[in-house]
Amino acid sequence: MLSRTADHLYWMARYIERAENMARVLDVTYNMSLVPNAAVSESALWLPALEISGNVEAYEEKYGAYTAAGVIHYLAMDMDNPSSIYNALRNARENARAVRVAMTSETWENINALWLEFRQFIGQDLAKNGLREFCDWVKGRSHLFRGVCFGTMLRDDAFSFVRLGTFIERADNTARLLDVKYHILLPSQEEVGGAVDYYEWSAVLRSVSAFQAYQKIFSDTIEPWRVAELLVLRRDMPRSLHACFDEITPILEQLSGIRQTECKRLAGELHSKLRYGKMQQIFQKGLHEFLTDFIELNNRLGAEVHKTFLSITTA
Amino acid sequence: MPKKPLSFFDEMQLHTANANEANVRDIYAAYHHWLKDVPHHQLDSKRQEAELLFRRVGITFNVYGETDGAERLIPFDVIPRLLSAKEWSHLSAGAIQRVKALNMFLHDIYHEQEIIKAGIIPSSILANVQYRPEMFGVDVPNQIYAHIAGIDLVRTSESQFYVLEDNLRTPSGVSYMLEDRKMMMRLFPELFRRYSIAPVDHYPQVLLKNLRAVAQPGIVEPTVVVLSPGAYNSAYFEHAFIAQQMGVELVEGQDLFVRNNAVFMRTTQGPQRVDVIYRRIDDDYLDPLAFNADSMLGVPGLLSVYRNGGVTLANAVGTGVADDKATYIHVPAMIKFYLGEQPILENVPTYELSKEDDLEYVLAHLSELVVKEVQGSGGYGMLVGPAASKKEIEEFRLRIVSSPASYIAQPTLALSTCPTLVEQGIAPRHVDLRPFVLSGKSVSLVPGALCRVALKEGSLVVNSSQGGGTKDTWVLESDDQHEALASVIKAEAEKAQDKPSKSTTVESVC
Repeated sequence: MLSRTADHLYWMARYIERAENMARVLDVTYNMSLVPNAAVSESALWLPALEISGNVEAYEEKYGAYTAAGVIHYLAMDMDNPSSIYNALRNARENARAVRVAMTSETWENINALWLEFRQFIGQDLAKNGLREFCDWVKGRSHLFRGVCFGTMLRDDAFSFVRLGTFIERADNTARLLDVKYHILLPSQEEVGGAVDYYEWSAVLRSVSAFQAYQKIFSDTIEPWRVAELLVLRRDMPRSLHACFDEITPILEQLSGIRQTECKRLAGELHSKLRYGKMQQIFQKGLHEFLTDFIELNNRLGAEVHKTFLSITTA
Repeated sequence: MPKKPLSFFDEMQLHTANANEANVRDIYAAYHHWLKDVPHHQLDSKRQEAELLFRRVGITFNVYGETDGAERLIPFDVIPRLLSAKEWSHLSAGAIQRVKALNMFLHDIYHEQEIIKAGIIPSSILANVQYRPEMFGVDVPNQIYAHIAGIDLVRTSESQFYVLEDNLRTPSGVSYMLEDRKMMMRLFPELFRRYSIAPVDHYPQVLLKNLRAVAQPGIVEPTVVVLSPGAYNSAYFEHAFIAQQMGVELVEGQDLFVRNNAVFMRTTQGPQRVDVIYRRIDDDYLDPLAFNADSMLGVPGLLSVYRNGGVTLANAVGTGVADDKATYIHVPAMIKFYLGEQPILENVPTYELSKEDDLEYVLAHLSELVVKEVQGSGGYGMLVGPAASKKEIEEFRLRIVSSPASYIAQPTLALSTCPTLVEQGIAPRHVDLRPFVLSGKSVSLVPGALCRVALKEGSLVVNSSQGGGTKDTWVLESDDQHEALASVIKAEAEKAQDKPSKSTTVESVC
């Protein structure tokens, strides 16, 4: 298929996934703000959401203080924030429009309808009300998007690039979420097992739809290291890093064919770390170091995918 | 105010003034019978449903500078235009004949130029800016230049159709023909049971077959692509739609490159050879090395590969010389010259102001005529006599006198009207018709056309840029059925009128 087409499909899927993850972060942060907790200020509560999206400086410049209203607007609707849900969905739709031929008409219509519906939220003050509905809507549309791709698209390269974009983006997002939360939580160990801790960790789990899974698997109190294990190493957890690479590696093998590509090698390397790694060792080296490393390699993987498939020059 | 003339031919009724079944043209009898029982609000809700669906499918235009994601929709009218089998066979035969002659003309003008030697067309045509000297002596497969031709037709009476112009460069609108039909079948399935309407959905398959047939000889499984300027072009939807329907790649200039006298596209698996390019980019933007050097849309080196027979372009480069206003006048003569046939479809009577008699007549009748600049386009340098002020006419007179050969003149045509759903209800609006003639393997058209309608009351301008909309065009498979139905309905209507209580309606018709 055309490299440009593959590029658009890949980014379309990445942007949808990005919007969904942003909505998840907003949703759980908002939920946390409803739990009475005098020790945590408004800014301490909302700063991590910005850190996950990686846009703290740009926010400070424009808004100053970390307020609920500011962060919600910045992450959901700000046209100047390249990672806002507004821009993610808009970019997803623009990418889709550029290659509407490469997907089924149902997929295209779904993503076009998504954008048409999204416009109802523009101008709404989500911090005041409607944030929950908004986040639910974004998540729902993202589920629909994956469903319509899965249910209607031919299993060809186009489908592979859509899936590839989804899982590379998801791996990045899960790793960032976990990293930020771990970073914040660990220093305050004096209150381990307290109610606030419970809420914090259950919020992390809920943000990746893993709360029920955790209960089912461990049927025990929520322990930070178990949460980390669930989100890093468990392959049966659909948003874990391992699960993402269970999808990514075979796709890259199939796309590369007999070619020896760096992206195939890199994916294999990351995959084996997740597959054969032990949580104990990861903790010994430091979870933060592990995740920082992972995020960087995952980014390099994205760059390699570009080099190999998406931006082929005259050659 | 002068009384509005009632002299426009209406597609549904012989007289637009009154809705009496006895006056309805046979072909519309069953439709009219159905329509009179449908309340307007119901039709309007169908119209809204169509709009919603069109938005959902994304049959829209991008509007530059809009940040809220608003995109424009070409208005769609829910009342179809009907053509009988007999009318269609006349029109399609005429369009095919015309396109055959135009393709022969294009081959001739870029080779032996027999038609000039025979004195039928003046040699000044070679100085036309649309004439591409680069194409001289170049052989194109099957000698087809205009693979896709849009022939614009207008009607002024029951039996009188005229060709308004030929579109041989990159005619657009066929996606509306196809999407309007899909929409009508969805909104009014009951009408499709009532009429046997000839299907049009196979257009993309016919197009693909023709495009494959014009690959350079010897290529077994030719790769066809559609070349578009990209997602910000106003016709992008159509480009994407056609590519998808044919199951071929939709490419942009940046996806293609030239090497070893061949064109390749960049794919995830490396370069892949392209054999036939259905291009929706104008000649000027095709190749920055040969034409407009600033063009970012084209493919550097494409023209040289094309001239050497490394790739086929549809339509060919240089077709503009055949659909120019100066050439239009000569099409009937072309048909006689190349085919030895009488033209089936007439041109609009056109005055050539380089001829003294014509000039004299035109100068004396400027207020009734439309005067066009020969090489002008897009309405620039045009006088619409009936709509112009005295001052404008006098100014134009001076321009004509100083350079008569630069102008042609035509009578202001009384374009037929078709009932159309507007805010006030159903009212007659002027329409035209653009069937698409495909050449390659053979010359043919699918039984249908783009019907454009001027939505503004009294307006004769059907262009979408001027507030024009579209209608579905129904070509009936045979005329027996609707004629039989019409006679039944009319007999009933007459019977109803015989009743004393209805006698007043009969009088009001007269």
